[in-house]
Amino acid sequence: MVSRRNFLKGGAVLVGTLPFARSFSALAAGTDTLVAVSSQTVNSLDLHRTGTNRASYQIAVNCYDRLVSFGSKPAEGGGLSYDYSTIVPELAESWSFSEDGMTITFKLKSGAVFNDGSKVTAADVKWSFDRAVSVGGFPTVQMKAGGFTRPDQFEAIDDETFVVKLDKASKLALPDLAVPVPFIINSKVAMEHATTDDPWAMEYLHTNTIGSGAYSVTRWDAGQQVVFERNDKWVGGPTPPVRRVIMREVPSAATSRALIERGDVQVAFDIPDKDAAELAGKVTVHSTPIENCIHALCLNTKFEPFQDPDVRKAIAFAVPYEAIFNAAAYGRGAPLWGGEAKATDIAWPRKSPYDTNLDKAKEHMAKSGFANGFETKLSISTDLSSWMEPAALLIQEAVGKLGIKVEIEKIPGANWRTAALVEKRLDFHLENFGGWLNTPDYYFFWAYQEGHLFNSSNYSNAEVEELTNETLHMAMDDPEYAPKIMRMIDIVHEDLPRIPLWQPALNVALNGAGGYEFWFHRQLDIRGLTTVES
Amino acid sequence: MAVRGTSVLTRIAQAIPVLFGVIVISFVLTRALPGDPAVQFAGIMATPETIEETRAKLGLDKPLPEQFVVYLGQLFQGDLGQSVSTGRPVLTELASRLPASLELTLSALVLSCLVAVPLGVLAATRPGSWIDQICRLLVTMGVSLPTFFTGVMLIYIFYYLLGIAPSPLGRLDFIYLDPPHVTGFFLIDAALVGDWETWFGALKQLILPAITLALFTLAPIARMTRAAMLSALSSDYIRTARAAGLGSGRILYGYAFRNALLPVVTTLGMVFSFVLGANVLVEKVFAWPGIGSYAVEALIVSDYAAVQGFVLAMAFLFVFLNLVIDLAYSLIDPRFGTSGK
Repeated sequence: MVSRRNFLKGGAVLVGTLPFARSFSALAAGTDTLVAVSSQTVNSLDLHRTGTNRASYQIAVNCYDRLVSFGSKPAEGGGLSYDYSTIVPELAESWSFSEDGMTITFKLKSGAVFNDGSKVTAADVKWSFDRAVSVGGFPTVQMKAGGFTRPDQFEAIDDETFVVKLDKASKLALPDLAVPVPFIINSKVAMEHATTDDPWAMEYLHTNTIGSGAYSVTRWDAGQQVVFERNDKWVGGPTPPVRRVIMREVPSAATSRALIERGDVQVAFDIPDKDAAELAGKVTVHSTPIENCIHALCLNTKFEPFQDPDVRKAIAFAVPYEAIFNAAAYGRGAPLWGGEAKATDIAWPRKSPYDTNLDKAKEHMAKSGFANGFETKLSISTDLSSWMEPAALLIQEAVGKLGIKVEIEKIPGANWRTAALVEKRLDFHLENFGGWLNTPDYYFFWAYQEGHLFNSSNYSNAEVEELTNETLHMAMDDPEYAPKIMRMIDIVHEDLPRIPLWQPALNVALNGAGGYEFWFHRQLDIRGLTTVES
Repeated sequence: MAVRGTSVLTRIAQAIPVLFGVIVISFVLTRALPGDPAVQFAGIMATPETIEETRAKLGLDKPLPEQFVVYLGQLFQGDLGQSVSTGRPVLTELASRLPASLELTLSALVLSCLVAVPLGVLAATRPGSWIDQICRLLVTMGVSLPTFFTGVMLIYIFYYLLGIAPSPLGRLDFIYLDPPHVTGFFLIDAALVGDWETWFGALKQLILPAITLALFTLAPIARMTRAAMLSALSSDYIRTARAAGLGSGRILYGYAFRNALLPVVTTLGMVFSFVLGANVLVEKVFAWPGIGSYAVEALIVSDYAAVQGFVLAMAFLFVFLNLVIDLAYSLIDPRFGTSGK
């Protein structure tokens, strides 16, 4: 820590005034600039806009502050990871819950300023939260997860005191304020650009960052690059070591790999499992299993053979887990098979009680009403074919031994969400869901409750419905919480609407950079990155 | 000259129904694509209500004919609509990306003409010689190597192994700033302001992708040149010219080559239009911010306005290209005259 501070002081004096000049060499600058590449494209600087894609969340993360953030801990697979269990201050200096847990009072940091130098006030927080719950679409849904639905729940008491009123106490409320969505915007600047047609200044924020975050976007060439410059007055956390970060979009994985190996870029973010496996040893590679995220084989309950519990178990015993994990994920991530028969704690994702065992599979198949097998289609998305295709081929071969004839159906990316998640019409398919809020009940809410988006198997179980509703807002240290969660896990492992395959990893290669931290939002947090001699 | 002017006008008038047809077809086709943009843009955790909200926001809840009328109305005002995925007007998007693709394609074509035409001529004048064999080898290689493979191979050799090529990171390394926008062609814009450092920077970035594309386009041009030259050289008027005792240079370039140029120009037009579409893979490999990768991304997320804008821009380009080729015909061969057929 001390050395970082010293380094910073020295660095700031040396390079603090260097302009982004034509002749400025990013490579020669060394400690001053980092170049990161990613295959994803940033399509907006405003997370709240309709159509903003996942890659653009990094703008909200790096250029804006939230009231609170998550702490950090060492990650499995190298580097750091955010820590869901500790909430730390970002813009808020402190906060307190009322007795009934329904009112949260935040005290803002008095030194916090926006990138134009003006002070961050509770009115800005109120305006930003009102915006998040009012614009509709993804931000509004995400706010709802924490219990925030209406502007009248938010109140600015004075310049530095902000109050949130909940309709019911929930353990998800505070963590939901640490996700990228409720970011705090300079409302004075935004309102100058608001019109009657555009009361939330969507147009202006689409191309401008007006936050109090660690960085500001000084240049955004859609489809090419985003240039971040540090805000030296940031109070949300320790001052970022790197003054400028250039995020380049490189669609081709082969090109990214050549660049990181040569050391012309310092970070290659979200690289394929194959490259991660092959680059490990040459450069630093962090493969962090994504929390609360599972690649699963889904059995649609609308399809008659899958209504037979023995067929479902036969398939769960037939799946060649290990082979799939090696072929589709190159061993990156965490295995989710061969666990205990019953859940003994609330860890999630956890290993299912199933393992590859063809004899058991055949026994179950013989007991079922479909002993002679049947025919079906295994659907996969062309966008996700890097893992779905090898997995599907191995599953096709394995269930073929049970007399289940499977034809692999590739669905174009644009149609995938409609077919799999909205219409839920795919009988046998591969699916992936990862929850931002890292609790098992949150996963169950999206993936196992009837009618919810990621329940692509049309699963419905009265007890799971009830237990999920009960546990969703219950505090995790409530004595009733753990038994209920374990019961839920046992039920879905018995019923098998989704057969867990493995927990995927987010891969990052570093060559000349350090301080990488994994986040649930799966975007690059540039605030902690450092340059190191490679 | 006046006659030619009228013929150009007739040609443009003839293009109008074509363009209207393209508008209708692109509109209908994008709607017929599988995939629901409302689902796509409602975000990762959409509920049925938010999907409907998004649909209304995108104006997709209206009946198709009404959507078409709205779209036509916008078109007449020169508005190609708003791209949902990038949040910018389609026109701005095309204006910034089309020059990137054109610069790459044109440089590749110039490069490939510089190699292919002389090679074809030489191969035709010395059939069966070693130069003919080289021509055949190059042509076969160009046809059989897919562009993404050539691209990755060139990066591997010249960037990764030898380290003489710059990082394959698009049109300009990040140490340079874009030249002020005039034409959108970096080489021209940088030259206009006399910024030779940036000019060389842009040129360096351009070399590998241009060679990749040139290798690909070399084949049809070289083959067509060779075939056209062979048939021209064996025709009666060449025999007559030879009998009249004209110099071999004059026969070759004054008569044979000029006549052989017609099919070559036709091929060039076809190759150009073909390559603009085939650019996508090269753009992906070299992170080139061109129109091909934009269109493919728009297609994947069912971004209707962007796809329609792209198709329309291409249609305009082709109509224009055909016009230029027709005019080139009449320059090369006066027999084509000026009757705007």
